[in-house]
Amino acid sequence: MGQTLAEQILSHAAGRAVYANDLVVVQPDVVMSHDSLSPSIIKVMKSELGCERVKDPNQLVIVLDHVSPASTVGTANQQNEVRKFAQEQGIRLFDVGRGICHQVLVEERIAAPGKIVLGSDSHSTSYGAVGAFGSGMGSTDVALVWATGRTWLRVPETIRVAVNGRFPVGVEAKDLALKICQVLTIAGGNYAAVEYHGLDWLSLPERQTIASMAVEVGAKVGIFPPFGEAMADRPAPDWLFVDPQANYVRTIQIDLGSLQPQVALPHAVDNVVDLDKIAGKPVSVVFLGTCTNGRYEDMRLAADILRGKHISPNLRLLVTPASNRELARASADDTLIILLEAGATLISPGCGPCMGRHNGTLGDEDVCLSTANRNFKGRMGAPTSQIYLASPAVAAATALTGCITDPRSL
Amino acid sequence: MARIWKFGSDVDTDQMVPGRFAPYMRPDADVGTAAFIEARPDFNQNARPGDLIVAEYNFGCGSSREYAVEALKRRQVGAIFAYSFARIFFRNALNLGIPLLVAPEVVANMQEGDEVTLDLPNQQLIRGAQRFALPEFPEFARLILQEGGIVPYVKKYGRFPGEERA
Repeated sequence: MGQTLAEQILSHAAGRAVYANDLVVVQPDVVMSHDSLSPSIIKVMKSELGCERVKDPNQLVIVLDHVSPASTVGTANQQNEVRKFAQEQGIRLFDVGRGICHQVLVEERIAAPGKIVLGSDSHSTSYGAVGAFGSGMGSTDVALVWATGRTWLRVPETIRVAVNGRFPVGVEAKDLALKICQVLTIAGGNYAAVEYHGLDWLSLPERQTIASMAVEVGAKVGIFPPFGEAMADRPAPDWLFVDPQANYVRTIQIDLGSLQPQVALPHAVDNVVDLDKIAGKPVSVVFLGTCTNGRYEDMRLAADILRGKHISPNLRLLVTPASNRELARASADDTLIILLEAGATLISPGCGPCMGRHNGTLGDEDVCLSTANRNFKGRMGAPTSQIYLASPAVAAATALTGCITDPRSL
Repeated sequence: MARIWKFGSDVDTDQMVPGRFAPYMRPDADVGTAAFIEARPDFNQNARPGDLIVAEYNFGCGSSREYAVEALKRRQVGAIFAYSFARIFFRNALNLGIPLLVAPEVVANMQEGDEVTLDLPNQQLIRGAQRFALPEFPEFARLILQEGGIVPYVKKYGRFPGEERA
């Protein structure tokens, strides 16, 4: 019987052949937690489970990215508590400024093909970009892995996303990610794995954009077959392959040739339209960043549009690099200086204003065009604020004109 | 008597507790005071222990923030009924011992503000003279709920439900 990528990875970890709907108890290869939930995970492990030492510190990674650097005495104290805990337990910690957890684990090659990488963050589906089984969990599940080294998982059924063609000019991976949300809907991938086919030519950053948004259709994982030029230096284990006999519960077809720039309207990620339906909508904030679109390539796309120009006086452009390496790459050529001369506000690497806590929280009347992955009501601040999701090129074009703009029209 | 609080589809965890109200941001506050603070102020102010949430599809989508479930637990929500639940929310609620029931008949019949009695041992929800049969929990969920959550379960048995003794 054939197996999907998710079934192959979970079978390998379980030591027996498992299929959709089986329950397995496995030792994840990596468990990541960030500053937002690590304090509560420590509390669950110590106070509730009565456990003083983690089972295997080598299995764990902590990244401080959600409030980076600390914005209040409370967050500062909790970060210090997490630093102290990581040191005592021998857990690898990436401190504030290093970058967003999902970017850091890919850069550090901690997330790798065929590995099970769980995280205290729903966008842990991002690790599917490198062919890992990446999935998000809550504090108690993570605390249990800290204490026991193990967790339970239901083997997901798999939805196949079959993509044809190449992106037309001005259309990007983010537009495909939003199109997938529109087609599958916000709940259409609930409990399932999503596998992306026909995209072996895609670069790693583009894979990261798409896999990060797998959770936005409710998916447990979003996995790219770890092949193609982008994966040349990240070899897959020999047991992991695209099995023509694998069983998919559903296949959706997307033709890139006819894809237009997409925009998700407030307040749902699947409320997606072709950009021309909303072109001209005035915005007050443009946010370029996050685990979905905060990499060098995203900043470069924006810089190419903003070169020698200045953003509209009616808005703020917030740029939050996904990591300090991506920031360093942007400053090694003229990308960063173009953005700054165009009037961008540079924020330290991390999650930035994505969840409304700091570094550009939205006010009551704000309308934000964001390259992030969520536009839930009040996500970035005031419950009356509005968030539109789009690609970095749309973000740059919008920053230039002050209203939602098709980059191809400039 | 418990009151029914009705919700629609795709209620995300940002609505349950906005990120700005996370325990991380307000370490000295009871996260229960933030439950639906902006999305449903009437619930935030008036929900009483034992009250029930009845939602439609995909309840709890979005962020993995367990403090959304923690907030509902602090408010002592008696159970949550829906046509379907989002994946991470389902795990978190089960882990913290909040009964989640996929109960289409209950969702279709309950109205906002209905006064009901939840009788979990006898698997029924009672509204006046009407009795609605409740579905059985899947075995895995039943074992966890029986102990009040995954932490008490693992502490008691030293393993996960369904796992052979190590």
